[in-house]
Amino acid sequence: MATIVWNWGFDGWMIIHAILCAVSCSLVGNFLVLRGTSLLGDAISHSILPGLAIAFWLTGSRSGPEMFLAALAAAVVTVFLIEGLRNATRMDQGAAMGVVFTALFALGIVLIVQVADHVDLDPNCVLYGSLELTPLDRWDIGGWLIPKAAVTLGVTLLLNGLFVGLFYKELQLTTFDSAFADSVGFSPRLVHYLLMILVAFTAVASFESVGSVLVIAMLVVPASAALLVTDRLGAMIGWSAGLATLAAGLGHVSAVIVPTWWGFGSTLTSGMMAVAAGGLLLLCGLFGPRRGLLVRWWRQKLFADQVAADDVLAYLFRLGEQSRQDPATLAQIGDVLSLSSRSLHRAVKCLCRTGELDGDESGYRLSEAGRRRAQDLVRSHRLWELYLVEQAQIAPSRIHDKAEAWEHVTDQTLRARLDQATSDSKLDPHGSAIPPEASDREPDAR
Amino acid sequence: MSPDCEWSTQGLAQLGTLATVSGPLWRLLTLADYNTRVVILGTALLGCAAGVVGSFTLLRKRALVGDAISHAMLPGLGLAYLLALSLGIEERSWSWLLLGATASSLVGTATILGLRRWLRVSEDAAFGIVLSTFFGAGVALLGVIQSLPSGHAAGLEGLLYGQAASLTWSDMGLIAGAAVAALVVSMLLFKELTLLCFDQQYLSTQGYSLSGLDGILMALVVMIAITGMQAVGLILVIALLIVPAAAARFWTQQIQRQVIISAGLGAAGCFGGSVISALVPGLPAGAVIILVCAGLFLLSAAFGYRQGLLWRMWRRWEWQSALARQHLLRGIYERLESDTRGDFSRSGAEASVAVDELLSLRSWNRRTVERVIERSQQAGLVTRIAGRVWLSKTGWLAARRLVHQHRLWELYLITHADVALQQVDRLADDIEHVLEPAVIEELEEILQRREALVADCPHRSPESV
Repeated sequence: MATIVWNWGFDGWMIIHAILCAVSCSLVGNFLVLRGTSLLGDAISHSILPGLAIAFWLTGSRSGPEMFLAALAAAVVTVFLIEGLRNATRMDQGAAMGVVFTALFALGIVLIVQVADHVDLDPNCVLYGSLELTPLDRWDIGGWLIPKAAVTLGVTLLLNGLFVGLFYKELQLTTFDSAFADSVGFSPRLVHYLLMILVAFTAVASFESVGSVLVIAMLVVPASAALLVTDRLGAMIGWSAGLATLAAGLGHVSAVIVPTWWGFGSTLTSGMMAVAAGGLLLLCGLFGPRRGLLVRWWRQKLFADQVAADDVLAYLFRLGEQSRQDPATLAQIGDVLSLSSRSLHRAVKCLCRTGELDGDESGYRLSEAGRRRAQDLVRSHRLWELYLVEQAQIAPSRIHDKAEAWEHVTDQTLRARLDQATSDSKLDPHGSAIPPEASDREPDAR
Repeated sequence: MSPDCEWSTQGLAQLGTLATVSGPLWRLLTLADYNTRVVILGTALLGCAAGVVGSFTLLRKRALVGDAISHAMLPGLGLAYLLALSLGIEERSWSWLLLGATASSLVGTATILGLRRWLRVSEDAAFGIVLSTFFGAGVALLGVIQSLPSGHAAGLEGLLYGQAASLTWSDMGLIAGAAVAALVVSMLLFKELTLLCFDQQYLSTQGYSLSGLDGILMALVVMIAITGMQAVGLILVIALLIVPAAAARFWTQQIQRQVIISAGLGAAGCFGGSVISALVPGLPAGAVIILVCAGLFLLSAAFGYRQGLLWRMWRRWEWQSALARQHLLRGIYERLESDTRGDFSRSGAEASVAVDELLSLRSWNRRTVERVIERSQQAGLVTRIAGRVWLSKTGWLAARRLVHQHRLWELYLITHADVALQQVDRLADDIEHVLEPAVIEELEEILQRREALVADCPHRSPESV
């Protein structure tokens, strides 16, 4: 059994670096996701290769600031090529991205084979740092030994924070309504290029210290997860930063702990951070307050319950119309309504509790409150039928299902409008009387 | 550590040296050597199939699906390796690893569809999420493998980079088989896939399952990606799925032609790339293939008949010179009309207009006017003698037609569209050039019904007539 190795002086710095990188990526990532260019980080991680090859060819060294500058230049060229191709040919964004980055990557491979002659010069060795090594490379700043990565990533985060903070309005406008932004004097194109160049800078600066996996993931995943939680841009940025931080921490912890479950040593942290971010996204998808699967499922269930209760009430009302309101047993109701016995039981129990249904096992009848609700339901149903025949010219044989579906979501105002829109007929197309509005507040609108 | 770097398939390079030793370019191009024939035809077939499948993903606006799927193979490779290690299977057996890669890319595909359907994540974000989390999981698994005392991660990386994947005949058989299968499936489902790209609502009213068809399309992508990984590498196979299809868009806007051209470009790119890398030893085959494809893309972007830049520039230029010519003709006509008060029977200098007068009619400079007159003279519409311009017989007819159209449209705007008198000239100016004969007839009819048909210009106030 492998043991868990944890050292705050070491793992702490790794987590700090990962958080700095994750938050700065997620800040700009929000706008990438909203603009539909989520895969830009991935594209840049491949397309910087020719820049590296050329820098190596010119300098002959495999490290140093030249490599960083060359990668940055290649990333910016990528951005401009993608946009240029899109503007010149009206291509789909994804296709333009795919064409540019694969072509540049292929060019990079050929160049490397030519200039380096099988020297191992792939981005992994030259530019892509590894999170595991970041705490080792330290600078002496005022007597403190601070890792180099903390400084560069801190500066990147600062830049991104400043950009998003200062240009928040411009970014918001150009992202959601670029035509309007243009008309009030913000150039959507300029903002777009600035954003893309900042993404390129962030990506290349982070590649150098923490590698590509973390960047690609943090540009997309936290922002997408935040979008599942909220619809407001400000809140989305906050959520994405928080989720990115959480993913970085969780990722590192699980990289240390999870492999030991199967007896392996710890694994690469950045990969696990990407996985953790994915896990958080799933959680947001499940438990998100507005679009989460659970909330949606729960809302559907509530609505289904309401529909079942409505159906029971409306059935008893129709029964009363025919034969002076006899009490009906559960079995009788169940025979007519296509409800499972469980949901029928639940509906009846719920209606008894709200006082809309009187009676017991031997027979149920509508109370006064129940009769009023049922009357409005039946009124909605028959008004819809009348409307569908008169105004939408739908054959009477085909209107029932629609009216049955809509009666549950029709309120008093809509009934009044329907009443106005239809003729004065007191009977629906099937010949049943349309009952008057039951609520006391407003009598008949007409 | 990342697998994003792959080198030439050694097999091709070896074949390359073999070819240069055994014969000239001719032997290579005629595919005289059995080995070369197998490799080149195999990759060409792959390019052809990728072009077809890529056309559909491009039109479905999912060009980057290959990117996500090819990255999603990584955890499968890692897991298969670890499983093989614990089960005691030969861990570097290609087919076992391919099985793992296929399984995990299928899981990735399902995740994309699920994210789209249940969480309503946007298309590109779904790709990004699957790409990065699967890739991250793969990197983590490779990290585990690397830390194993018995782990031959280098071997695995070799497979990922394509180095150990010297293409044998049986590999080529697999590639060719997958390519043919992908071709057959997309031909059989051609109609359905076309509708999937253009009219999903109709498709679902016909009783087809949209997610089912999407699943099939993405399974085809998986098939191409898995087999293409052997031939050109994990990342470069994405290019095969995008570049030929995007290039074909410049040539046509019709789906059948798009698919055929895209298949042709894909096959040509693979063929050309394999031949070049076989001729020049040491060039990585996969990268060369993609560069050839990118070259074909650039050619198409420049010269493509439908959307190519040159053709578009040419059409634009033609349109603009037609506009200028029409402005000239109308200008001369209206000038003559006001000079002679509608009496066109005069001849000689009275039937001509000075160039200087034309210059003041519109906001155009002398050079433009001179050039337009020059060109119209070549077309036989006007004659120019010593600073004055005469309309020829055909030029006069054309000018009269133009003026007629212009005034018809002005009248229509005034009587039917309630546009203010001061604005109609500009509006009519914009539209008169694109009115078709049928529209003109209709306009005449409408205005006649309203008894408003006047041959005169609506701007003329009563006292000036």
